[in-house]
Amino acid sequence: MTGKLLSMKEAISRFVDDGDLVAAEGFTHLIPFAAGHEMIRQKKKDLVLCRLTPDVIYDQMVAAGLARKLIFGWIGNPGVGSLHAIRRAVEHGIPHAVEIEEYSHFGLLSRLEAAASGLPFMPLRNYTGTDLPSVNENIRTVECPFTGETLAAVPALAPDVAIIHAQRADTEGNTQVWGLLGVQKEVVFAAKKVVVVVEEIVEEDVVRADPNRTLVPGLVVDAVVEEPWGAHPSYAQGYYDRDNDFYVAWDETSRSVDALEAYLDEWVRGVSGRAEYVAKHGPGLGKRLRPESRPAGPVDYGLYR
Amino acid sequence: MALAAAGELRDGDVVFVGIGLPNLAVNLARRTHAPQVQLVYEAGIFGARPLRLPISIGDPCLVTGAVQVLPMAETFRFFLQGGRIDVGFLGAAQIDRYGNLNTTLIGDDYDHPKVRLPGSGGAAEIAWLAKKTVILLPQKRNKFPDRLDFRTSLGFHEGGRSRDALGAPGAGPERVITNLGVYGFDPDTREMVLEKIHPGVSLDEVRAEVGWPLSVREPLGTTELPGPDVLNLLREELDPKGIYLG
Repeated sequence: MTGKLLSMKEAISRFVDDGDLVAAEGFTHLIPFAAGHEMIRQKKKDLVLCRLTPDVIYDQMVAAGLARKLIFGWIGNPGVGSLHAIRRAVEHGIPHAVEIEEYSHFGLLSRLEAAASGLPFMPLRNYTGTDLPSVNENIRTVECPFTGETLAAVPALAPDVAIIHAQRADTEGNTQVWGLLGVQKEVVFAAKKVVVVVEEIVEEDVVRADPNRTLVPGLVVDAVVEEPWGAHPSYAQGYYDRDNDFYVAWDETSRSVDALEAYLDEWVRGVSGRAEYVAKHGPGLGKRLRPESRPAGPVDYGLYR
Repeated sequence: MALAAAGELRDGDVVFVGIGLPNLAVNLARRTHAPQVQLVYEAGIFGARPLRLPISIGDPCLVTGAVQVLPMAETFRFFLQGGRIDVGFLGAAQIDRYGNLNTTLIGDDYDHPKVRLPGSGGAAEIAWLAKKTVILLPQKRNKFPDRLDFRTSLGFHEGGRSRDALGAPGAGPERVITNLGVYGFDPDTREMVLEKIHPGVSLDEVRAEVGWPLSVREPLGTTELPGPDVLNLLREELDPKGIYLG
Protein backbone atom coordinates (compact mmCIF):
# COMPACT_ATOMS: atom_id res chain seq x y z
CA MET A 1 0.00 0.00 0.00
CA THR A 2 1.22 3.51 -0.81
CA GLY A 3 1.70 6.12 1.91
CA LYS A 4 -1.84 7.35 2.43
CA LEU A 5 -3.78 4.25 1.44
CA LEU A 6 -4.51 2.40 4.67
CA SER A 7 -6.88 -0.21 5.97
CA MET A 8 -9.74 1.10 8.11
CA LYS A 9 -8.15 -0.52 11.15
CA GLU A 10 -4.84 1.25 10.57
CA ALA A 11 -6.40 4.62 9.69
CA ILE A 12 -8.53 4.73 12.84
CA SER A 13 -5.72 3.42 15.00
CA ARG A 14 -3.26 6.03 13.74
CA PHE A 15 -5.46 9.08 13.35
CA VAL A 16 -8.07 8.91 16.11
CA ASP A 17 -6.68 9.36 19.62
CA ASP A 18 -8.58 9.10 22.89
CA GLY A 19 -9.86 12.53 23.85
CA ASP A 20 -9.90 13.79 20.25
CA LEU A 21 -12.56 16.11 18.88
CA VAL A 22 -13.89 13.94 16.05
CA ALA A 23 -16.11 15.21 13.23
CA ALA A 24 -17.45 12.27 11.20
CA GLU A 25 -19.54 14.37 8.83
CA GLY A 26 -21.99 13.74 6.03
CA PHE A 27 -25.47 15.31 6.15
CA THR A 28 -27.77 12.30 5.71
CA HIS A 29 -25.56 11.36 2.73
CA LEU A 30 -22.13 9.69 2.96
CA ILE A 31 -22.12 9.19 6.72
CA PRO A 32 -18.96 7.21 7.58
CA PHE A 33 -20.61 4.39 9.53
CA ALA A 34 -17.83 1.89 8.88
CA ALA A 35 -15.34 4.30 10.49
CA GLY A 36 -17.70 4.78 13.43
CA HIS A 37 -17.92 1.03 13.89
CA GLU A 38 -14.13 0.72 13.82
CA MET A 39 -13.85 3.39 16.51
CA ILE A 40 -16.22 1.28 18.62
CA ARG A 41 -14.20 -1.88 17.97
CA GLN A 42 -11.00 -0.08 18.97
CA LYS A 43 -12.71 1.17 22.14
CA LYS A 44 -11.75 4.81 21.61
CA LYS A 45 -12.76 6.92 24.60
CA ASP A 46 -13.40 10.43 25.94
CA LEU A 47 -14.14 11.64 22.44
CA VAL A 48 -15.82 14.95 21.72
CA LEU A 49 -18.17 14.04 18.89
CA CYS A 50 -19.18 16.81 16.52
CA ARG A 51 -21.82 16.59 13.76
CA LEU A 52 -24.58 18.92 12.62
CA THR A 53 -26.92 16.00 13.21
CA PRO A 54 -25.47 13.16 15.33
CA ASP A 55 -27.58 10.60 13.45
CA VAL A 56 -27.51 6.91 14.28
CA ILE A 57 -23.70 6.83 13.96
CA TYR A 58 -23.22 8.88 17.12
CA ASP A 59 -26.20 7.23 18.81
CA GLN A 60 -24.25 3.98 18.45
CA MET A 61 -20.94 5.50 19.58
CA VAL A 62 -22.55 7.19 22.60
CA ALA A 63 -24.25 3.92 23.57
CA ALA A 64 -20.88 2.18 23.32
CA GLY A 65 -19.42 4.68 25.79
CA LEU A 66 -16.99 6.43 23.47
CA ALA A 67 -18.17 10.00 24.00
CA ARG A 68 -17.63 12.49 26.79
CA LYS A 69 -19.23 15.35 24.87
CA LEU A 70 -21.49 16.03 21.91
CA ILE A 71 -21.46 19.17 19.73
CA PHE A 72 -24.49 19.41 17.44
CA GLY A 73 -27.28 21.38 15.77
CA TRP A 74 -30.10 18.81 15.88
CA ILE A 75 -30.37 15.42 17.61
CA GLY A 76 -32.95 13.14 16.08
CA ASN A 77 -33.62 10.22 13.78
CA PRO A 78 -34.96 12.09 10.74
CA GLY A 79 -38.63 11.44 10.10
CA VAL A 80 -38.67 8.73 12.78
CA GLY A 81 -38.17 10.26 16.22
CA SER A 82 -35.50 10.49 18.92
CA LEU A 83 -31.97 9.11 19.11
CA HIS A 84 -32.70 7.14 22.25
CA ALA A 85 -29.14 6.32 23.33
CA ILE A 86 -28.18 10.00 23.17
CA ARG A 87 -31.34 10.96 25.06
CA ARG A 88 -30.57 8.39 27.76
CA ALA A 89 -27.07 9.82 28.11
CA VAL A 90 -28.33 13.41 28.30
CA GLU A 91 -31.42 12.75 30.44
CA HIS A 92 -30.13 9.96 32.70
CA GLY A 93 -26.36 9.69 32.27
CA ILE A 94 -26.51 6.20 30.74
CA PRO A 95 -23.92 4.68 30.12
CA HIS A 96 -22.30 7.81 31.53
CA ALA A 97 -23.02 11.54 31.51
CA VAL A 98 -22.35 13.27 28.20
CA GLU A 99 -21.77 17.01 28.05
CA ILE A 100 -23.56 18.86 25.26
CA GLU A 101 -22.83 22.02 23.35
CA GLU A 102 -25.60 22.94 20.98
CA TYR A 103 -26.05 25.37 18.15
CA SER A 104 -28.35 25.51 15.18
CA HIS A 105 -27.16 24.16 11.82
CA PHE A 106 -26.18 27.63 10.64
CA GLY A 107 -24.21 28.32 13.81
CA LEU A 108 -22.25 25.08 13.83
CA LEU A 109 -21.42 25.16 10.14
CA SER A 110 -20.28 28.76 10.60
CA ARG A 111 -17.80 27.59 13.27
CA LEU A 112 -16.29 25.11 10.79
CA GLU A 113 -16.22 27.75 8.05
CA ALA A 114 -14.32 30.12 10.30
CA ALA A 115 -11.65 27.51 11.06
CA ALA A 116 -11.44 26.44 7.40
CA SER A 117 -10.95 30.11 6.47
CA GLY A 118 -8.27 30.83 9.04
CA LEU A 119 -10.51 33.25 10.93
CA PRO A 120 -11.10 33.39 14.69
CA PHE A 121 -14.89 33.70 14.36
CA MET A 122 -17.74 33.95 11.88
CA PRO A 123 -20.57 36.50 12.08
CA LEU A 124 -24.12 35.51 11.17
CA ARG A 125 -27.64 36.90 11.53
CA ASN A 126 -29.25 34.70 14.16
CA TYR A 127 -30.21 33.88 17.77
CA THR A 128 -31.61 37.29 18.76
CA GLY A 129 -34.40 36.86 21.27
CA THR A 130 -33.81 33.12 21.72
CA ASP A 131 -32.58 31.17 24.75
CA LEU A 132 -29.68 29.46 22.93
CA PRO A 133 -27.03 32.07 23.85
CA SER A 134 -27.96 31.68 27.53
CA VAL A 135 -26.95 28.00 27.45
CA ASN A 136 -24.00 28.28 25.08
CA GLU A 137 -21.32 30.86 25.88
CA ASN A 138 -19.83 30.33 22.42
CA ILE A 139 -22.77 32.17 20.88
CA ARG A 140 -21.94 35.83 21.34
CA THR A 141 -22.47 39.08 19.50
CA VAL A 142 -20.24 41.44 17.58
CA GLU A 143 -20.79 44.97 16.31
CA CYS A 144 -20.25 45.49 12.59
CA PRO A 145 -17.40 48.04 12.24
CA PHE A 146 -19.06 49.51 9.16
CA THR A 147 -22.81 49.58 9.80
CA GLY A 148 -22.81 49.42 13.59
CA GLU A 149 -25.41 46.65 13.55
CA THR A 150 -25.20 43.77 16.00
CA LEU A 151 -24.57 40.33 14.60
CA ALA A 152 -24.21 36.94 16.25
CA ALA A 153 -20.68 35.52 16.36
CA VAL A 154 -19.40 31.99 16.83
CA PRO A 155 -15.74 30.97 17.29
CA ALA A 156 -13.73 28.85 14.89
CA LEU A 157 -13.89 25.11 15.47
CA ALA A 158 -10.99 22.99 14.24
CA PRO A 159 -11.66 19.29 14.84
CA ASP A 160 -8.68 17.13 15.76
CA VAL A 161 -9.80 14.69 13.10
CA ALA A 162 -12.38 14.84 10.32
CA ILE A 163 -13.66 11.62 8.78
CA ILE A 164 -15.70 11.72 5.58
CA HIS A 165 -17.04 9.15 3.16
CA ALA A 166 -17.06 9.74 -0.61
CA GLN A 167 -17.72 7.92 -3.85
CA ARG A 168 -14.12 7.92 -5.07
CA ALA A 169 -10.60 9.18 -4.57
CA ASP A 170 -7.16 8.43 -5.91
CA THR A 171 -4.40 7.11 -3.68
CA GLU A 172 -3.26 10.66 -2.90
CA GLY A 173 -6.67 11.43 -1.42
CA ASN A 174 -7.93 13.69 -4.20
CA THR A 175 -11.60 13.04 -3.45
CA GLN A 176 -14.67 13.38 -5.63
CA VAL A 177 -18.25 13.59 -4.44
CA TRP A 178 -21.63 13.94 -6.09
CA GLY A 179 -24.97 14.29 -4.36
CA LEU A 180 -25.33 16.13 -1.08
CA LEU A 181 -22.16 17.85 0.04
CA GLY A 182 -23.25 18.72 3.57
CA VAL A 183 -20.36 20.38 5.37
CA GLN A 184 -17.75 17.90 4.20
CA LYS A 185 -15.54 20.46 2.49
CA GLU A 186 -15.65 22.83 5.45
CA VAL A 187 -14.88 20.15 8.02
CA VAL A 188 -11.97 18.79 6.01
CA PHE A 189 -10.34 22.19 5.60
CA ALA A 190 -10.96 22.98 9.26
CA ALA A 191 -9.56 19.78 10.75
CA LYS A 192 -6.01 18.99 11.81
CA LYS A 193 -6.10 15.41 10.53
CA VAL A 194 -8.31 14.00 7.77
CA VAL A 195 -9.38 10.46 6.96
CA VAL A 196 -11.26 9.90 3.71
CA VAL A 197 -13.17 6.65 3.19
CA VAL A 198 -14.33 5.81 -0.35
CA GLU A 199 -16.45 3.34 -2.27
CA GLU A 200 -13.64 2.96 -4.77
CA ILE A 201 -10.08 4.03 -5.46
CA VAL A 202 -9.57 5.39 -8.96
CA GLU A 203 -6.58 6.44 -11.03
CA GLU A 204 -5.37 10.01 -10.78
CA ASP A 205 -6.37 10.49 -14.46
CA VAL A 206 -10.01 9.92 -13.57
CA VAL A 207 -9.90 12.73 -11.04
CA ARG A 208 -7.98 15.05 -13.32
CA ALA A 209 -10.50 14.50 -16.13
CA ASP A 210 -13.19 16.25 -14.03
CA PRO A 211 -11.65 18.79 -11.63
CA ASN A 212 -15.01 20.46 -10.83
CA ARG A 213 -16.09 17.26 -9.11
CA THR A 214 -13.16 17.24 -6.70
CA LEU A 215 -14.37 18.21 -3.24
CA VAL A 216 -11.19 17.62 -1.29
CA PRO A 217 -7.61 17.86 -2.51
CA GLY A 218 -5.17 15.22 -1.34
CA LEU A 219 -3.15 18.10 0.10
CA VAL A 220 -5.34 18.08 3.22
CA VAL A 221 -5.84 14.32 3.44
CA ASP A 222 -3.81 12.08 5.75
CA ALA A 223 -5.36 8.71 5.05
CA VAL A 224 -7.48 7.12 2.33
CA VAL A 225 -9.44 3.95 3.01
CA GLU A 226 -11.20 1.89 0.34
CA GLU A 227 -14.37 0.55 1.96
CA PRO A 228 -17.32 -0.34 -0.30
CA TRP A 229 -20.67 0.06 1.53
CA GLY A 230 -18.80 2.10 4.11
CA ALA A 231 -21.71 4.48 4.55
CA HIS A 232 -24.48 1.91 5.12
CA PRO A 233 -27.18 2.47 6.52
CA SER A 234 -26.58 5.95 5.14
CA TYR A 235 -26.06 6.08 1.38
CA ALA A 236 -23.70 6.98 -1.45
CA GLN A 237 -25.47 8.76 -4.32
CA GLY A 238 -25.56 6.45 -7.32
CA TYR A 239 -24.14 3.45 -5.43
CA TYR A 240 -26.78 2.46 -2.89
CA ASP A 241 -29.93 3.86 -1.34
CA ARG A 242 -30.42 5.10 2.20
CA ASP A 243 -31.57 2.09 4.24
CA ASN A 244 -34.73 3.81 5.48
CA ASP A 245 -36.02 0.50 6.90
CA PHE A 246 -32.92 0.32 9.10
CA TYR A 247 -33.44 3.86 10.37
CA VAL A 248 -37.08 3.11 11.17
CA ALA A 249 -36.15 -0.16 12.92
CA TRP A 250 -33.43 1.63 14.89
CA ASP A 251 -36.11 3.47 16.83
CA GLU A 252 -37.18 0.27 18.55
CA THR A 253 -33.68 -1.19 18.88
CA SER A 254 -32.29 1.94 20.49
CA ARG A 255 -35.13 2.29 23.01
CA SER A 256 -33.69 -0.68 24.91
CA VAL A 257 -30.15 -0.67 26.33
CA ASP A 258 -30.03 -4.46 25.95
CA ALA A 259 -31.31 -4.53 22.39
CA LEU A 260 -28.81 -1.87 21.40
CA GLU A 261 -25.94 -3.76 23.05
CA ALA A 262 -27.05 -6.93 21.27
CA TYR A 263 -26.98 -5.05 17.96
CA LEU A 264 -23.45 -3.74 18.64
CA ASP A 265 -22.25 -7.18 19.74
CA GLU A 266 -23.55 -8.80 16.58
CA TRP A 267 -22.97 -6.21 13.88
CA VAL A 268 -20.08 -4.10 15.17
CA ARG A 269 -17.98 -6.00 17.68
CA GLY A 270 -18.85 -9.37 16.14
CA VAL A 271 -17.40 -8.54 12.73
CA SER A 272 -13.79 -7.81 11.88
CA GLY A 273 -14.69 -5.00 9.51
CA ARG A 274 -17.09 -3.65 6.92
CA ALA A 275 -16.45 -6.47 4.43
CA GLU A 276 -17.62 -9.03 6.96
CA TYR A 277 -20.57 -6.77 7.90
CA VAL A 278 -21.64 -6.68 4.24
CA ALA A 279 -21.18 -10.42 3.75
CA LYS A 280 -23.26 -11.00 6.87
CA HIS A 281 -26.13 -9.03 5.31
CA GLY A 282 -26.06 -11.32 2.30
CA PRO A 283 -27.03 -10.54 -1.31
CA GLY A 284 -30.33 -9.05 -0.16
CA LEU A 285 -28.59 -5.81 0.75
CA GLY A 286 -27.57 -5.01 -2.80
CA LYS A 287 -30.86 -6.23 -4.19
CA ARG A 288 -32.80 -3.99 -1.88
CA LEU A 289 -30.65 -0.89 -2.02
CA ARG A 290 -29.01 -0.56 -5.43
CA PRO A 291 -30.78 2.14 -7.44
CA GLU A 292 -31.48 2.14 -11.17
CA SER A 293 -28.87 3.89 -13.22
CA ARG A 294 -29.23 7.62 -13.99
CA PRO A 295 -25.91 8.91 -15.33
CA ALA A 296 -25.30 12.56 -16.10
CA GLY A 297 -23.97 13.55 -19.54
CA PRO A 298 -20.21 13.97 -19.88
CA VAL A 299 -18.85 17.50 -20.11
CA ASP A 300 -16.00 18.58 -22.33
CA TYR A 301 -13.26 20.61 -20.60
CA GLY A 302 -11.37 21.01 -23.87
CA LEU A 303 -7.71 20.33 -24.44
CA TYR A 304 -5.65 23.50 -24.50
CA ARG A 305 -2.09 23.21 -25.72
CA MET B 1 -53.53 19.97 7.59
CA ALA B 2 -51.60 19.18 4.44
CA LEU B 3 -54.20 20.92 2.31
CA ALA B 4 -54.27 24.02 4.50
CA ALA B 5 -50.49 24.19 4.47
CA ALA B 6 -50.36 23.75 0.71
CA GLY B 7 -52.86 26.60 0.42
CA GLU B 8 -50.39 28.95 2.08
CA LEU B 9 -48.07 28.72 -0.91
CA ARG B 10 -48.27 30.95 -3.95
CA ASP B 11 -47.05 29.77 -7.31
CA GLY B 12 -43.39 30.68 -7.71
CA ASP B 13 -42.70 30.89 -3.97
CA VAL B 14 -39.24 29.79 -2.85
CA VAL B 15 -39.92 27.49 0.07
CA PHE B 16 -37.56 26.12 2.70
CA VAL B 17 -38.85 22.63 3.35
CA GLY B 18 -38.49 20.63 6.53
CA ILE B 19 -39.25 17.01 7.25
CA GLY B 20 -42.68 15.78 8.11
CA LEU B 21 -45.90 17.34 6.95
CA PRO B 22 -44.20 20.29 5.21
CA ASN B 23 -42.65 17.82 2.77
CA LEU B 24 -46.10 16.49 1.85
CA ALA B 25 -47.74 19.93 1.82
CA VAL B 26 -45.17 21.44 -0.50
CA ASN B 27 -45.29 18.53 -2.92
CA LEU B 28 -49.09 18.73 -2.89
CA ALA B 29 -48.91 22.43 -3.75
CA ARG B 30 -46.47 21.69 -6.55
CA ARG B 31 -48.90 19.18 -8.05
CA THR B 32 -51.99 21.41 -7.71
CA HIS B 33 -52.13 25.21 -7.64
CA ALA B 34 -48.45 26.06 -7.42
CA PRO B 35 -46.53 24.10 -10.05
CA GLN B 36 -43.73 26.66 -10.05
CA VAL B 37 -43.10 26.51 -6.33
CA GLN B 38 -39.36 26.08 -5.79
CA LEU B 39 -38.25 23.72 -3.09
CA VAL B 40 -35.12 24.43 -1.06
CA TYR B 41 -34.01 21.77 1.39
CA GLU B 42 -31.53 22.80 4.08
CA ALA B 43 -29.45 19.74 3.19
CA GLY B 44 -28.38 21.74 0.15
CA ILE B 45 -30.85 21.19 -2.65
CA PHE B 46 -32.60 23.77 -4.81
CA GLY B 47 -35.47 22.89 -7.14
CA ALA B 48 -36.01 19.34 -5.90
CA ARG B 49 -38.37 17.09 -7.87
CA PRO B 50 -38.49 13.87 -5.86
CA LEU B 51 -40.11 10.82 -7.46
CA ARG B 52 -40.93 9.38 -4.04
CA LEU B 53 -41.81 11.03 -0.72
CA PRO B 54 -38.70 11.05 1.50
CA ILE B 55 -38.79 10.48 5.27
CA SER B 56 -35.62 12.53 5.69
CA ILE B 57 -34.59 15.88 4.20
CA GLY B 58 -31.42 14.43 2.73
CA ASP B 59 -32.82 11.55 0.76
CA PRO B 60 -31.11 10.64 -2.57
CA CYS B 61 -34.43 11.09 -4.39
CA LEU B 62 -34.19 14.82 -3.65
CA VAL B 63 -30.92 15.10 -5.55
CA THR B 64 -31.68 13.20 -8.76
CA GLY B 65 -33.52 15.59 -11.06
CA ALA B 66 -32.99 18.67 -8.87
CA VAL B 67 -31.75 21.91 -10.36
CA GLN B 68 -28.85 22.43 -8.00
CA VAL B 69 -26.90 20.84 -5.16
CA LEU B 70 -25.10 23.31 -2.93
CA PRO B 71 -22.91 23.00 0.11
CA MET B 72 -25.04 23.63 3.20
CA ALA B 73 -22.98 26.69 4.01
CA GLU B 74 -24.11 28.36 0.79
CA THR B 75 -27.71 27.26 1.24
CA PHE B 76 -27.84 29.00 4.59
CA ARG B 77 -25.76 32.04 3.61
CA PHE B 78 -26.94 32.79 0.08
CA PHE B 79 -30.51 31.51 0.13
CA LEU B 80 -31.66 32.04 3.70
CA GLN B 81 -29.48 34.83 5.09
CA GLY B 82 -29.44 36.37 1.61
CA GLY B 83 -33.19 36.94 1.95
CA ARG B 84 -34.35 34.64 -0.83
CA ILE B 85 -36.71 32.37 1.08
CA ASP B 86 -40.37 33.40 0.73
CA VAL B 87 -41.79 30.82 3.11
CA GLY B 88 -40.19 28.66 5.78
CA PHE B 89 -42.17 25.78 7.19
CA LEU B 90 -41.53 24.95 10.83
CA GLY B 91 -42.74 22.38 13.31
CA ALA B 92 -42.50 22.66 17.08
CA ALA B 93 -43.00 20.80 20.31
CA GLN B 94 -44.38 23.96 21.93
CA ILE B 95 -45.66 27.29 20.66
CA ASP B 96 -46.71 30.32 22.69
CA ARG B 97 -49.26 33.02 21.93
CA TYR B 98 -46.73 35.12 20.03
CA GLY B 99 -45.57 32.26 17.83
CA ASN B 100 -42.25 31.72 19.61
CA LEU B 101 -41.24 28.06 19.38
CA ASN B 102 -39.63 25.41 21.56
CA THR B 103 -37.88 22.38 20.05
CA THR B 104 -35.13 22.09 22.69
CA LEU B 105 -36.45 20.61 25.93
CA ILE B 106 -39.38 19.95 28.22
CA GLY B 107 -38.59 20.79 31.84
CA ASP B 108 -37.10 23.70 33.71
CA ASP B 109 -33.43 22.78 33.87
CA TYR B 110 -31.32 22.77 30.72
CA ASP B 111 -28.74 20.50 32.36
CA HIS B 112 -31.33 18.02 33.60
CA PRO B 113 -34.19 18.15 31.13
CA LYS B 114 -37.30 16.10 31.67
CA VAL B 115 -37.37 15.41 27.94
CA ARG B 116 -34.53 16.34 25.65
CA LEU B 117 -36.01 17.37 22.28
CA PRO B 118 -34.03 17.50 19.01
CA GLY B 119 -32.96 21.14 19.24
CA SER B 120 -32.96 23.82 16.60
CA GLY B 121 -31.59 22.25 13.43
CA GLY B 122 -32.32 25.00 10.92
CA ALA B 123 -35.33 26.33 12.85
CA ALA B 124 -33.71 29.25 14.71
CA GLU B 125 -32.37 30.78 11.53
CA ILE B 126 -35.47 30.01 9.45
CA ALA B 127 -37.64 31.76 12.05
CA TRP B 128 -35.35 34.80 11.99
CA LEU B 129 -34.51 35.02 8.29
CA ALA B 130 -37.32 33.63 6.10
CA LYS B 131 -39.64 36.34 4.75
CA LYS B 132 -42.46 34.59 6.57
CA THR B 133 -43.02 31.26 8.30
CA VAL B 134 -45.89 28.81 8.51
CA ILE B 135 -45.95 26.57 11.57
CA LEU B 136 -47.45 23.09 11.57
CA LEU B 137 -48.02 21.12 14.74
CA PRO B 138 -50.61 18.92 16.45
CA GLN B 139 -52.80 20.82 18.88
CA LYS B 140 -52.67 19.81 22.52
CA ARG B 141 -52.82 22.06 25.56
CA ASN B 142 -49.29 21.16 26.67
CA LYS B 143 -48.03 22.15 23.23
CA PHE B 144 -49.76 25.53 23.49
CA PRO B 145 -48.54 26.62 26.94
CA ASP B 146 -48.77 30.04 28.46
CA ARG B 147 -45.00 30.03 28.76
CA LEU B 148 -42.46 27.99 26.76
CA ASP B 149 -40.02 25.75 28.61
CA PHE B 150 -37.29 27.03 26.29
CA ARG B 151 -37.32 29.49 23.41
CA THR B 152 -35.52 27.94 20.46
CA SER B 153 -36.91 30.04 17.61
CA LEU B 154 -38.25 33.58 17.64
CA GLY B 155 -41.82 34.45 16.67
CA PHE B 156 -43.15 37.85 17.67
CA HIS B 157 -41.06 37.91 20.85
CA GLU B 158 -43.14 39.74 23.51
CA GLY B 159 -45.78 40.88 21.02
CA GLY B 160 -46.51 44.28 19.53
CA ARG B 161 -43.48 45.73 17.73
CA SER B 162 -40.96 43.89 19.87
CA ARG B 163 -39.80 41.57 17.06
CA ASP B 164 -39.23 44.51 14.74
CA ALA B 165 -37.34 46.34 17.48
CA LEU B 166 -34.86 43.46 17.54
CA GLY B 167 -34.15 44.08 13.87
CA ALA B 168 -35.50 40.81 12.51
CA PRO B 169 -34.80 40.48 8.77
CA GLY B 170 -37.84 38.22 8.28
CA ALA B 171 -41.43 39.19 9.11
CA GLY B 172 -42.11 36.18 11.34
CA PRO B 173 -44.94 33.66 11.57
CA GLU B 174 -47.98 34.27 9.40
CA ARG B 175 -49.98 31.12 9.99
CA VAL B 176 -50.20 28.28 12.46
CA ILE B 177 -51.92 25.14 11.22
CA THR B 178 -52.98 22.35 13.56
CA ASN B 179 -55.27 19.34 13.39
CA LEU B 180 -58.04 21.49 14.89
CA GLY B 181 -57.80 24.75 12.99
CA VAL B 182 -55.86 27.54 11.33
CA TYR B 183 -54.52 30.63 13.12
CA GLY B 184 -53.23 34.00 12.04
CA PHE B 185 -51.66 36.78 14.12
CA ASP B 186 -53.28 40.04 15.14
CA PRO B 187 -51.63 42.86 13.15
CA ASP B 188 -51.17 45.04 16.27
CA THR B 189 -50.77 42.79 19.30
CA ARG B 190 -49.11 39.99 17.23
CA GLU B 191 -51.05 37.53 19.32
CA MET B 192 -52.30 34.27 17.75
CA VAL B 193 -55.92 34.46 16.53
CA LEU B 194 -58.06 31.49 15.54
CA GLU B 195 -59.29 32.18 12.01
CA LYS B 196 -60.68 28.90 10.76
CA ILE B 197 -61.82 25.74 12.45
CA HIS B 198 -61.74 22.30 10.83
CA PRO B 199 -65.15 20.80 9.97
CA GLY B 200 -66.52 18.75 12.86
CA VAL B 201 -64.43 20.53 15.49
CA SER B 202 -66.11 22.74 18.11
CA LEU B 203 -64.75 26.03 19.43
CA ASP B 204 -64.85 24.61 22.98
CA GLU B 205 -62.60 21.77 21.86
CA VAL B 206 -60.07 24.24 20.50
CA ARG B 207 -60.16 26.49 23.60
CA ALA B 208 -59.54 23.42 25.77
CA GLU B 209 -56.29 22.79 23.92
CA VAL B 210 -54.83 26.30 24.32
CA GLY B 211 -53.03 27.35 27.49
CA TRP B 212 -54.04 31.02 27.33
CA PRO B 213 -57.32 32.89 26.70
CA LEU B 214 -57.66 32.34 22.98
CA SER B 215 -58.53 35.19 20.61
CA VAL B 216 -61.04 34.16 17.98
CA ARG B 217 -61.79 36.00 14.75
CA GLU B 218 -65.35 37.14 14.08
CA PRO B 219 -66.71 35.60 11.94
CA LEU B 220 -64.91 32.30 12.41
CA GLY B 221 -64.30 30.48 9.13
CA THR B 222 -64.19 26.77 8.34
CA THR B 223 -61.29 25.13 6.55
CA GLU B 224 -61.89 23.40 3.28
CA LEU B 225 -61.96 19.62 3.23
CA PRO B 226 -59.86 18.08 0.47
CA GLY B 227 -62.03 17.13 -2.52
CA PRO B 228 -61.83 13.67 -4.10
CA ASP B 229 -59.17 14.75 -6.65
CA VAL B 230 -56.84 16.04 -3.96
CA LEU B 231 -57.52 13.07 -1.69
CA ASN B 232 -56.65 10.78 -4.53
CA LEU B 233 -53.48 12.71 -5.28
CA LEU B 234 -52.50 12.56 -1.62
CA ARG B 235 -53.29 8.91 -1.01
CA GLU B 236 -52.45 7.31 -4.34
CA GLU B 237 -49.55 9.31 -5.70
CA LEU B 238 -47.84 11.46 -3.11
CA ASP B 239 -48.05 9.35 0.01
CA PRO B 240 -49.07 5.84 -1.09
CA LYS B 241 -47.29 4.26 1.87
CA GLY B 242 -49.11 6.54 4.29
CA ILE B 243 -45.88 7.83 5.80
CA TYR B 244 -47.47 11.17 6.62
CA LEU B 245 -51.16 10.46 6.26
CA GLY B 246 -51.18 7.26 8.26
